[in-house]
Amino acid sequence: MVVRACVIGGYGINADCELRDAFAMAGSEAARVHVQDLLDRPSEIDRYHILAFPGGFSFGDHLGSGRVLAALFKRHLKEALDRFVSSGRLVIGVCNGFQVLVKMGILPNLRGGWTPEVSLIHNDTGLFEDSWVRLSFNRASPCLWTRGLAEAELPIRHGEGRFIVGSEEIMRRMEESGLVALRYEGRNPNGSLGAVAGITDPSGRILGLMPHPEAFLRPEQHPRWARERFEEGQGLALFRNGVEAVRRNL
Amino acid sequence: MRVEVAYKSSSLDGRARRLLPGMREAWPEASSLRIVDVYLLDIGRELPPDVAAEVFADPVAQEVSVDGSLLAGDPDPDALIEVTSRPGVADPVAATARQAIEARLGAALPPESVVQTAVQYVLAAGGRGAEAGRLERIASSLHNPLIQQAVVLSGDDWRAGARFPPLYPHRVAGSMAEVETFAIDSFDDRALEELSRDRLLALGIEELRAIKAHFSSEEIRREREAAGLGRLTDVEIEMLAQTWSEHCKHKIFSATITYRENGRSETIRSLFATYIRRTTEELAARKPFLRSVFKDNAGVVEFDAGHLLCFKAETHNSPSALDPYGGAITGIVGVNRDILGTGKGAKPIFNTDVLCFGFPETPDAIEGHLHPARVLAGVHRGIVDGGNQSGIPVVAGAFVFDESFVGKPLVFCGTGGLLPSEVLGEPGWTKRVEAGDLAVMVGGRIGKDGIHGATFSSLALDEASPTSAVQIGDPIVQRRMSDFLLEARDLGLFKGINDNGAGGLSSSLGEMAQLSNGVRIELDRCPLKYAGLAPWEILVSESQERMSLAVAPDRIGELLALASRRDVEATQVGVFTDSGRIEVLHGGKLVGMIRLSFLHGGLPAMRLDAEWSGPRRVRLQAVPGAARPSGGLAGTLLALLADPSIASKEPLVRQFDHEVIGQSVVKPFVGERSDGPSDGAVLRPLPESVRGVTVTHGICPGYGAIDTYHMAMCAVDEAYRAHIALGGDPDWACALDNFCWPDPVESARTPDGRFKLAQLVRACRGLREACLAYGLPLVSGKDSMKNDTVLAGRTVSIKPTLLVSLMGMIPDVRSAITSDFKRPGDRVYLLGETRGEMGATSFERTGGASGDDCPRVRPDEALAVYRAFHAARRLVASCHDLSEGGLAVALAESALAGRLGAEIDLEALARASAFDRGQPSAEERLLFCETPSRLLVTVPASDAGPFERFFAGLPAAPIGTVVEGARLSIRRGDARLIDLSIEEIEAAWKAPLGKG
Repeated sequence: MVVRACVIGGYGINADCELRDAFAMAGSEAARVHVQDLLDRPSEIDRYHILAFPGGFSFGDHLGSGRVLAALFKRHLKEALDRFVSSGRLVIGVCNGFQVLVKMGILPNLRGGWTPEVSLIHNDTGLFEDSWVRLSFNRASPCLWTRGLAEAELPIRHGEGRFIVGSEEIMRRMEESGLVALRYEGRNPNGSLGAVAGITDPSGRILGLMPHPEAFLRPEQHPRWARERFEEGQGLALFRNGVEAVRRNL
Repeated sequence: MRVEVAYKSSSLDGRARRLLPGMREAWPEASSLRIVDVYLLDIGRELPPDVAAEVFADPVAQEVSVDGSLLAGDPDPDALIEVTSRPGVADPVAATARQAIEARLGAALPPESVVQTAVQYVLAAGGRGAEAGRLERIASSLHNPLIQQAVVLSGDDWRAGARFPPLYPHRVAGSMAEVETFAIDSFDDRALEELSRDRLLALGIEELRAIKAHFSSEEIRREREAAGLGRLTDVEIEMLAQTWSEHCKHKIFSATITYRENGRSETIRSLFATYIRRTTEELAARKPFLRSVFKDNAGVVEFDAGHLLCFKAETHNSPSALDPYGGAITGIVGVNRDILGTGKGAKPIFNTDVLCFGFPETPDAIEGHLHPARVLAGVHRGIVDGGNQSGIPVVAGAFVFDESFVGKPLVFCGTGGLLPSEVLGEPGWTKRVEAGDLAVMVGGRIGKDGIHGATFSSLALDEASPTSAVQIGDPIVQRRMSDFLLEARDLGLFKGINDNGAGGLSSSLGEMAQLSNGVRIELDRCPLKYAGLAPWEILVSESQERMSLAVAPDRIGELLALASRRDVEATQVGVFTDSGRIEVLHGGKLVGMIRLSFLHGGLPAMRLDAEWSGPRRVRLQAVPGAARPSGGLAGTLLALLADPSIASKEPLVRQFDHEVIGQSVVKPFVGERSDGPSDGAVLRPLPESVRGVTVTHGICPGYGAIDTYHMAMCAVDEAYRAHIALGGDPDWACALDNFCWPDPVESARTPDGRFKLAQLVRACRGLREACLAYGLPLVSGKDSMKNDTVLAGRTVSIKPTLLVSLMGMIPDVRSAITSDFKRPGDRVYLLGETRGEMGATSFERTGGASGDDCPRVRPDEALAVYRAFHAARRLVASCHDLSEGGLAVALAESALAGRLGAEIDLEALARASAFDRGQPSAEERLLFCETPSRLLVTVPASDAGPFERFFAGLPAAPIGTVVEGARLSIRRGDARLIDLSIEEIEAAWKAPLGKG
C-alpha cells in the first residue's frame, strides 16, 4: 500500500522540508500542507496515514513555545485528530512539533480529553542550544516509532526543551506504562526531568521528541562523519518504523 | 486590562537563572529573580480570567493573574523593574498576542484596540532595599532607552502602594500631512546646504546644485506646469536623497579619483568599474557558471543543470551601534529579503555573520556610547533570535576584535539562496516588469520606523543621530511572507520582485521602474501602521518585512487571494508605466514627478583626491586585561590562543541554529568532541545530489595598519585557501567584496581623507590582483564608507576593513576535509613557504617585537600548491589552514580537535626558510608568523610517498607525526620549543568567551 504522510508547514515552522524528505526516504509519499489549509478543511487529514509536526518557531513561540499553534489545532482539529489516531494512524512531533503536541494535551493524554499534563519550558541554562546528544530508547515502550531502536546520536536545536510534569503521579504513570520513549544519555542538555527527550501516548502511535531525527538521514550529516563510519543516518530507522507500522496495521 | 504570567516557581525559569548573576554584580544582596510576562490590553471588552489564562499561560508550568498581582501572598519584593517598547517601535510578541486573542474569540478586534507587552523583573534581597543607583544600573542593563522604557519601583514604593500603569503610551506623534515645497531655483549654496542639513539628506553641494539646475531648467518647468505641479516638493527631494545616498549609489566607488604616489599621478574613473567589474568581466570567459553579476540584489551562479545559487552580504553598522539587538535582526532579515528578491525569487538556505567589535574587556567605553561588551551581547542575541526564528542556518562567520571598532561595530550579514534554473519556462535569474503591470506591496505595514536609514548610514554617528533610523525586524512575519512568495513564484503569480530595504518604496519601485521605464505610485493605497504619516514618509520609510512585486493585471485576483489565505497583507499601490518618470500621487493629486533618467543618472560623479605616502604604521594594541605572556614560546602560544579573535567562540555559536534544513556537512565545530574550529562550511543543498557548496571568509583588518594592498590580497587568499582546505574545486568559486571604511573624503572633519582614499585604492588593487590570479570572479558587493564616530569632538575611525565572502563548489561532499587530526601515526606536513612576516599580526598584540613586514601573498606560487593539494586530496586525513597566530595555533587547534598529540620538529622548515637574525627570533617566526597561503595537512603514513609525489618542486615540509597521548611537543633539532598538554591548550583557548 502507499503510505501517505502529511507534513505541516507555515506560520514559522521551518524544518518541514527535511521532515518531508525523511518520510520520502522511509518509503512513504510525503506532502507539505499549509496549516491554514488544514484549519480550513479538517477532513483533509483523512487522506493521510501519518501527520507530522516539524520543528521551527510557530508564531515565533511568542506566547510560549508551540502554544498558539496548539490552540488553533485544539480548536479546529480536535475531533478530526481523535478520529485519526483512534483509527490506527500515526502522529509525530519534532522539537517545536513536540511542544505543540504537549501543549495541545494530546501527549501524553493519560486521562484522555487532551488536558495538558506535562510541559516543555525554557532550558535550565536559559539559552538556545544547537548540539548533538546521545540518546537511549526505552525497549519497554509501546511506542511504534521507536520499536527495536537502542541508541542514537541526534542534534537538539531548541531553547525550550526542559521536560516537566504537572505532578509526580503523572511521571509515575508515564514510567509504569513505558511512555518515556527516549532519554538523554550522559549530558542532560536542558535540565529535563528524568532526562526525558521524547514521550509517547498510551496507544504508542503518537511520538513527540526534542532531538531531530530528520537531521540525521545521511552519514555526512553527523558531526564526526569524517572520523567514524556510519552505514546510514541514525534518524532514518524511526521514520521507517512509522511507515512500517502503518503498513502492518492499516 | 493587565495580564501577568510567570512560572509557578522561579526554579523553573532558566532565563531568570541566566540573568540573576549579572544583576548581582550590580546588587550583591539580590537573592532571587522572578520574570513576569505582562500583556496590557485595551480591546473594548473584558476577557474572562479563564479565557485570558487559556490564551496567555501554560497551565502546567505557569500561573496567571488578571488585573491583580502575581505577587499577592508572596513576601513583598525588594525591587521591580518593568520594561516595555516605546510608542511606534515594532513589538512582534504583541502582534502574536493580538492574533491569539482573535483566534480564541473567533472575531477580529476593533482596529483602535491596543495590545502591549512588557517584561517585569521582580527581585528579592531578604527585605533589604537597594542603595541609590543600583536599581538604575540593573534597569539600564535590561533595556535600551532608544527603543524601550523602564519603570523602576523600589520595595518601599511597592509597599506604599505604587503599581505599574495599566497601559503605556502608544500613540505616535503625527506629521504634517501637507506637502512642503521649495523654491529651489532661488536657493544659493548656503540655502541648499541648509536644506540638506535640516532634513538629514546627506547630499553634497555638487548634488544639490545638480538638483537645482535640473528643476530650474525650462524644459522641466514646462513639463511640471503641464502636469499641474509647481515647485520642488519634499516628496521629490527625499526620493532623490535616498536614491542618491552613498548607501544606495556608492558614490565614492563611482568617483573620479586622482591618485598620487611618489610624485606620479593617475586618474581612476570609478574604482568599481576599474577594479571590480572589470575583474569579473575578464574572468567571465573561463567561468561559465556566472549567470547574473552586479545587476540584481545578489550575484547569481549556476550550481547544476537545474539549480542556481545566489549570494549577497550587507553591513548593518550604524543601526547596530545604536541598537545592537534590533540592528542585527534587521541586518539578517534585510539581507534575506535581498535573496528573496533576486531573479524570480530565491529561497534563502544559509546565513553568514562576520562581526567586528571592540574588545569586550575594554576598560571604559566612549561617553554616550554602548560598551563593546554590550554591543557584542546585543548583536549576538539579535542573531540568535533573528537567525533562529527565520529558520535559516548560520553556517559560517567570524568574530574579529580590534580597538578601532569601539565606536562603530561592523555587522556583516550574508545570505545564500537557491532557485530553480527555470521558473515556468523563463530563466530563474531574470525578472520582467512591463508597462501596465501592477505594483504590489507585500508584507508589513508602513510606519515611522526606519525613516532616513539610507541617508543616516551615510553620515558620521554623533549625538544627534536620529532614533527613527532604528527598526526591529520581525522574522516570523517575514517567514510567513517568504513562504507565500515562493508559493506564488511557483504558480507564476508575479513577474518581477524586489525587496524594500534602504529608501523603502521609493527605492524598490524606483529600481523596478527602470525595467518598464516608469511607475505611478498612489500613496493613499499604502497600508499604514497608524495615521499621521506625511506623504514623503510613506514613500521612504524602511519599515521592515516588505517586498514589492510586478503583477500582470490578469493574475492580481489570484495573487491577493493566496496572500489572504497565507495571512500576508498584499496591496496594489501603483502601476508600472512607460512614461519615463516616477510619479507619486497623494489625495488624488500629483505630489512628485521625477524623470527616471535624472533619478538614476543625474547624480554628478564625485571628484576626489588620494595620496599614498607610504604606510602610516599603527601598532596593534595588547588585548585589554591580558597579562604580557611569560613562560617562553609556550606562554606566547597560550596568550595567542586566548586572544578573543583566535579563541573559541563555541559558547556564542552554539546558540545559533547552524543545522536547520539539514544541509550541513562540515559544521562550525569538528573533531572528536565537536569543539575544534572548522575552516568554513560545506553544505549539501540538494538531498538527491552529492554536489556541495563551500562557504568561507577572509578578513584581516590588522594588516591594513601597514598596507591595505596586502590586507586585501590576504583577505582573498584566506577565503580561497579555506575553500581549498575544505576540498573545494580550485576552478569553481566566486566571491563578494564588502568594504567598510572610515570616511575617505578630505574635509575639516577628516583631514587625512586623501590617505584613507589611497588606502581604498590600494585595497581595490590588491583585491583585483588576487582575484584575477585565483580566477575568483566577484559577483556582488557593497560598501559602507562612513564608519567614524564623533563624540566629544574626538573622531574614532575604524581600521579600513575588507570582507571577502566566498561561495564555492565541491564535487562530492563525501570527500570534504576537516581540520581535526585523525589517527596516531599520520604524517604532518606544512604546505606553502614560511617567510616569517610578523608585522601587524596577532603576535604583535602579545607585546613581542614584531617588525614591519606585513604578510604578503604570492598568488602564483600559492596557486601551484593549492592545485597540487586538490589533486592529492583523497590521500589527506586532515587539513587546517594557517591564519591568525600562524603554525603554532593551527597545530594546537588540530590537536585539540582530534584529541591527539603531535611531535613536531621544525629543523627542516628552518633550513628551508632563511630568516634574518635578530628580533623576532627565528623560532618565533617559524611558530607564529602569518605568511599566507599555507596549509597544515596530515596524511596516513602509508600514503606519505604518493602524497609527496604531488608536491615535487613545491614547498611541502614534513614536520612531524600525530601521536597517541594528548601532548603537543614542538622542537627544533635538540631544542624543545613548546610542550603543552591538550588540557592546557583547551583551557587557554576556551577561557575568554567561556561565559557565553
